[in-house]
Amino acid sequence: MNKLKAAFSQGDKKLLNVYFTAGYPQLKDTQTIITSLANAGADIIEVGMPYSDPMADGPTIQESSKIALQNGLTLKILFEQVAAARAQTEVPLILMGYLNQMMQYGEEKFLDSCVQCGIEALIIPDLPPDLYGSDYKAMFEERNIEIVFLITPQTSEDRIRYIDSLSDAFIYVVSDSSITGNSRDISSEQREYFQRIADMNLKNPCLIGFGISDKKSFDMASSYSSGAIIGSAFIKHLTNASGDESLDLTVTQFVHSIKG
Amino acid sequence: MNYKIDEKGFYGKFGGAYIPEMLHSNVMELQENYLAITQTEEFQTEFRSLLKHYTGRPSPLYWAKRLSEKYGTKIYLKREDLNHTGAHKINNTIGQILLAQKLGKTRIIAETGAGQHGVATATVCALMGLECIVYMGEVDIERQKPNVFRMKMLGAEVRPATSGSKTLKDATNEAIRDWINNPVDTFYIIGSVVGPHPYPDMVARFQSVISREMKEQLQEYEGRSNPDRIIACVGGGSNAAGAFYHYLDDEDVTLVAVEAGGEGIHSGRSAATSILGTEGIIHGSKTLLMQTKDGQIIEPHSISAGLDYPGIGPLHAHLITTGRAEVVSIEDGEAVNAAIELSRLEGIIPALESSHALAALDYLTLDKDESTIICLSGRGDKDLQTYMKYLNHE
Ligand SMILES: Cc1ncc(COP(=O)(O)O)c(C=O)c1O
Repeated sequence: MNKLKAAFSQGDKKLLNVYFTAGYPQLKDTQTIITSLANAGADIIEVGMPYSDPMADGPTIQESSKIALQNGLTLKILFEQVAAARAQTEVPLILMGYLNQMMQYGEEKFLDSCVQCGIEALIIPDLPPDLYGSDYKAMFEERNIEIVFLITPQTSEDRIRYIDSLSDAFIYVVSDSSITGNSRDISSEQREYFQRIADMNLKNPCLIGFGISDKKSFDMASSYSSGAIIGSAFIKHLTNASGDESLDLTVTQFVHSIKG
Repeated sequence: MNYKIDEKGFYGKFGGAYIPEMLHSNVMELQENYLAITQTEEFQTEFRSLLKHYTGRPSPLYWAKRLSEKYGTKIYLKREDLNHTGAHKINNTIGQILLAQKLGKTRIIAETGAGQHGVATATVCALMGLECIVYMGEVDIERQKPNVFRMKMLGAEVRPATSGSKTLKDATNEAIRDWINNPVDTFYIIGSVVGPHPYPDMVARFQSVISREMKEQLQEYEGRSNPDRIIACVGGGSNAAGAFYHYLDDEDVTLVAVEAGGEGIHSGRSAATSILGTEGIIHGSKTLLMQTKDGQIIEPHSISAGLDYPGIGPLHAHLITTGRAEVVSIEDGEAVNAAIELSRLEGIIPALESSHALAALDYLTLDKDESTIICLSGRGDKDLQTYMKYLNHE
């Protein structure tokens, strides 16, 4: 069984998926953050590939991406860092980035690098499901790399079922119509939307993301799903950490504050 | 060769809609409705009526005799600078605001570089009584101040984009984010032939009035509707798309797209996308763009805020890579000199963007029996600050 499937096969356990931007705050921090997150109890780790123009992301991820790029992060370095972390942990690793990054690297070569460094799945927000189906699916399946698609409150039921049929990892339920990093209280409308998705009995498990920032919102979102994804709140928490020990402590504190 | 959009939203291999799921319902709504609505008799009547009575169309095709004399050929200027608000941008904003109304949208957002599209959007929002928010890079807010004041005067809110190079690309990113955050009531009026399908085709159709008029007007001058050559500047490429549109299949007409060379193509401060660019994705469409080999978008530079963009519309990527259009790139100083030249030869102060098209004359072989139409996309009022700086140096 692959690592991602195994993570979702632990009964009713609610999974914490943490996103961070590779190469931030310091270039070499990627590996420490992955291993610290895994040791502290994060169930899935999403490694962000910093992009100059991250259309779906808010100011926090945008800023961390800019700094990571200034730090000199390239995809080649990122793959090396992930491979080094993979040697130390069994936690499922997902890569998130934009289609142009994958295109310029060369799609097949990119997927081969993912296999080599132990990535289980990809999230490419600007790769639309139908294009994935027609142009990319075979390439992914050949290498056992999974794809994760997003759905939003505007996604129709038919489309959700179509997206569910195309992937075999989990569905990323965008909590609100928004870019990442807008945290507000979860509204009754959102609860209805989460319930509606839960009632659809999809083939794939669902994780709720965008705007999840603390234990309260994590627990709330998880009560409608298999767990939740935290990104911007974690990155903000990292901003002041420097040096491996301080970083490890900061990461551990954060994970415990959510799962404790 | 086919130069029109295909049913999937591509010009050859360029175009498409590479958008996150958060934009899917909005973009689909447009894809499904833009032709059905804009091709109705009712829509066309309203659109043409506003273009005529509000904008002042048709814009003149002016035979520039002194300029022609200087270059030893026949040069006409398509006077988009004489439109209400001072540029071609209003042709498109009138079309899109009518569409927004038909779709029941109540909140309008736009990006702007030179501020001409922002002003044109603020103008039609005032006309229709709709809320208007314009995103503009901080650098452009500084260099195009008169247009910032105009937008405010018209009741629009101008929000600075502070990321990246703080110019047009970054303003576009912010507008897209706003649209993601407001998926139900908001209509995004894009200012050029860029963005996900159907924007490039929709904007080209609204701007195509430029070449429709050119055909009739040249007929009156010369008894033929086709010139030998059409020159237009390309930021995203909307005035060029409009000026080329009805001539795309007339291969006897040479199309010249003029890009901003900035401080020199290889100076590291340029916006010469077709030369420096490679195939990639920007703002939801596949096109030519300036990027690193890792796919990070490179910050462009041009003296002209409207041309300071690291990509080009997918139609132009197709025209250029198939050889249908030629490209000339013009440096900052050459554009300013062309502006001064036109001012003194013809009494017309052009926008910095349009000055790039004028400066291309120096790079073309022009026969005395040939006719060339230059799309004079806008007037230079907004650029006086920049022109003054150069003149004071003289
Ligand atoms: C006068 C004028 N011309 C040209 C442009 C460039 O836009 P496009 O390439 O879409 O025509 C602008 C953009 O702001 C403009 O103001």
